[in-house]
Amino acid sequence: MTRLNARIPEGPLAEKWKAYKSGCKLVNPNNKRKLDIIVIGTGLAGASAAASLGELGYNVKVFCYQDTPRRAHSIAAQGGINAAKNYQNDGDSVYRLFYDTIKGGDYRAREANVYRLADVSTNIIDLCVAQGVPFAREYGGLLTNRSFGGAQVSRTFYARGQTGQQLLLGAYGALSRQIAAGKVQLFNRRDVLDMVIVDGKARGIIARNLVTGEIERHAAHTVVLANGGYGNVFFLSTNAMGSNVTPAWSAYRKGAFFANPCFTQIHPTCIPVHGDYQSKLTLMSESLRNDGRIWVPAKMKDVERLRNKEIKPSDIPDEDRDYYLERRYPAFGNLVPRDVASRAAKERCDAGFGVGSTGFAVFLDFADAIKRKGHDTIDSLYGNLFQMYEQIVADSPYETPMMIYPAVHYTMGGLWVDYELMTTIPGLFAIGECNFSDHGANRLGASALMQGLADGYFVLPYTIGNYLANEIHTPRIDNDLPEFKVAASEVSDRLNKLKNNGGKETVDHFHRHLGKIMWEHCGMARNDAGLTEALYLLNELRYDFAKGVKIPGAMDEYNPELEKACRVADFIDLGELMVRDALQRRESCGGHFREEYQTSDGEALRDDSHFAYVAAWEYKGRDIAAGMHKEDLQFKEIKLSQRSYK
Amino acid sequence: MNFKLKIWRQKNAKEKGGMVSYDVTGISPDSSFFEMLDFLNQQLIISGGDPVAFDHDCREGICGTCSLYINGRPHGPVKGVTTCQLHMRSFRDGDTIHIEPWRARAFPVIRDLIVNRSAFDRIIQAGGYISVNSGGVPDANSIPVPKHDSDAAFDAATCIGCGACVASCSNAAAMLFIGAKVSHLALLPQGRIEASKRVQSMVARMDELGFGSCSNTYACEAECPKGISVINIARMNRQFLHAKLVSEKEKIIRESL
Repeated sequence: MTRLNARIPEGPLAEKWKAYKSGCKLVNPNNKRKLDIIVIGTGLAGASAAASLGELGYNVKVFCYQDTPRRAHSIAAQGGINAAKNYQNDGDSVYRLFYDTIKGGDYRAREANVYRLADVSTNIIDLCVAQGVPFAREYGGLLTNRSFGGAQVSRTFYARGQTGQQLLLGAYGALSRQIAAGKVQLFNRRDVLDMVIVDGKARGIIARNLVTGEIERHAAHTVVLANGGYGNVFFLSTNAMGSNVTPAWSAYRKGAFFANPCFTQIHPTCIPVHGDYQSKLTLMSESLRNDGRIWVPAKMKDVERLRNKEIKPSDIPDEDRDYYLERRYPAFGNLVPRDVASRAAKERCDAGFGVGSTGFAVFLDFADAIKRKGHDTIDSLYGNLFQMYEQIVADSPYETPMMIYPAVHYTMGGLWVDYELMTTIPGLFAIGECNFSDHGANRLGASALMQGLADGYFVLPYTIGNYLANEIHTPRIDNDLPEFKVAASEVSDRLNKLKNNGGKETVDHFHRHLGKIMWEHCGMARNDAGLTEALYLLNELRYDFAKGVKIPGAMDEYNPELEKACRVADFIDLGELMVRDALQRRESCGGHFREEYQTSDGEALRDDSHFAYVAAWEYKGRDIAAGMHKEDLQFKEIKLSQRSYK
Repeated sequence: MNFKLKIWRQKNAKEKGGMVSYDVTGISPDSSFFEMLDFLNQQLIISGGDPVAFDHDCREGICGTCSLYINGRPHGPVKGVTTCQLHMRSFRDGDTIHIEPWRARAFPVIRDLIVNRSAFDRIIQAGGYISVNSGGVPDANSIPVPKHDSDAAFDAATCIGCGACVASCSNAAAMLFIGAKVSHLALLPQGRIEASKRVQSMVARMDELGFGSCSNTYACEAECPKGISVINIARMNRQFLHAKLVSEKEKIIRESL
């Protein structure tokens, strides 16, 4: 085990990024034209990075599995984007956003990265407005804000319940402009299946054209991963059906360390699971907690009467309701961070007070807000969310409380990166959700959009230059190099093996099974016995999958089952790493709740003296356990304390 | 619930396609349309058949990937939803359901129910953006925008680029798609600077790509899952006419000098 060095610049926290930018190497415009960059993914991070790098004059190749860059799953983000603008004059500042993010992440994120994130957050809003993103405004014509979980100021910018869509379309516009200018080349409907390393540096990728099945070799001076999170390891999640870990996982197999894989975010407000055939879960924005009050019946008698449909939720008088978040956390109430809200819902449902047909749901009630603010105001704030809810469950939130339950939403873990967002493979960068860097053990609401765009628009364009300044003498990389041919043939072999194993069960069958194992043993609450059992079950599943998966169709045609099989194979391996990570972290922090480590009133019990580190895992081989490295987290600015929202 | 499905099957862009019948049984009314198709595909795979290819991704109505023409209507019988938001309770037990891909010259079939909509990307590349680089922009609040303009811009900007407007149009016109983007940007002070150039290049690109022209049947508005209004087409036409007149005038002045 080694201690990792994040190469954080010297100097006071607030000056580090300025100092870095003043000191980093630059590439002159003539040389930028000679340098090629591959970007994988076109979500907020990938699209903003590809556009910005194209604007700077580099040659960019951008890859996405969707038919167009505009469909990346950032588009589904609803609530908003944080920025320390202090337009509301309510006491916000860069320092406060930094502080809230570190605290919200339960003190498991790197101070210097988070400070930089808070610092550039304001630039993002300026740029997005200049791009024409239609953020919500006041009648005076200026921008308005809303509150979000884990903060006591109002710093979230939003575009109704479709903020992610509007931000992504802004980035997609910028990207389209560079495509038109010939600086960015788009490769859509491509799955990136491997990284190519030449003389220790990332020099290209192996991709599969999803329409023709062709295995392609693409070369560049450097590669940027922006392939998003791995929530689909749970099968049911709020991610898109195609969201996958494969590009990041192939980087891991080639030597990039994977950090804190067990840190996954279970979002408290999703539409509950309703049947075995279900294919995905739908999120209801956290912004709903601004006005919605969360409750379950306080009396078991009412729980039963509700379930037997003898009474309606509105028949239960206020004194017989348990507004458990307001009860347990009076200071933050319904706006506690996501991990806290999710666990509190699980606690009530496990105790038998859950509602709905399965008993795994709680109410999110707008009756008071509608009375206080009026139907029209609530409609203008949440109209599309209410509509979306009604389409799925055929109930109107204006008439009866929503029913919600936590679901897998975001992954804080990801590829380990240093301050420059470079992985442990030189020349391989990771940005957005696919890296681990800024959210610690729990991400605050409206911070994912902020991080994706910060990385892509304002951080990577500087740090990648510092790397490429040393590459100006490297001629264009040749994709006929032996390393490319070997990697391509390994990919073909892997696909052939999957395709021709003569199995009998579908990919989805195994994926569902994987999801069950992960949700049960490595979900909202974890313990030693469960995790140990999961290791055994996953090992068995991996064997069954390799022998038993059935993939119809041919290799050289559009074959969605083959795509899914590649993804699920990697998810199974990732699942094992998540479990190993959860086992070694014998403390509770953020989204990682180990039942053995809790306070007497059921709150997460952190252990800073033993676990204030980032666990970064190194691939050792297919049947060999991964090796763990540590990056010690040093808190110089913020004093570690037990997180309290009471 | 039980259904008889008649689905368009086509191996690739070159081969001819045709409708094929399938039966599905025991479907929950709460399952989504795609969950019903997932169920069919699982059965087809197990029994050695060839699963039906269809485009889908977010399954929550926002990414715009899904594109099924169901019983003669883009995204099926329910107004204001995408295919992925359609649930089987919207059909009657025993119904026969016809499922086809988008039909338009500019959207060639890739396989079964999947079409190539890259033409939309190429229209946006022709100018569907504001030309600013990352960095060097003014403070966000230095550009005040009247709330009603901002709200109208947002309404136009909610287009998900699914192509239902093209699929519903008897001429396969892309006017609602372009009108939405032109309006979104022209309604904002930031976007007005390039407005006339934008509308001209986007319309020119649309013509190149083989989309038809608008004959004001308003089918696009009726079938748009996001309820984008045809007012946006009117706004675009006004913009276009204005831009043409101005450029004609400029040309005459230039020539007379």
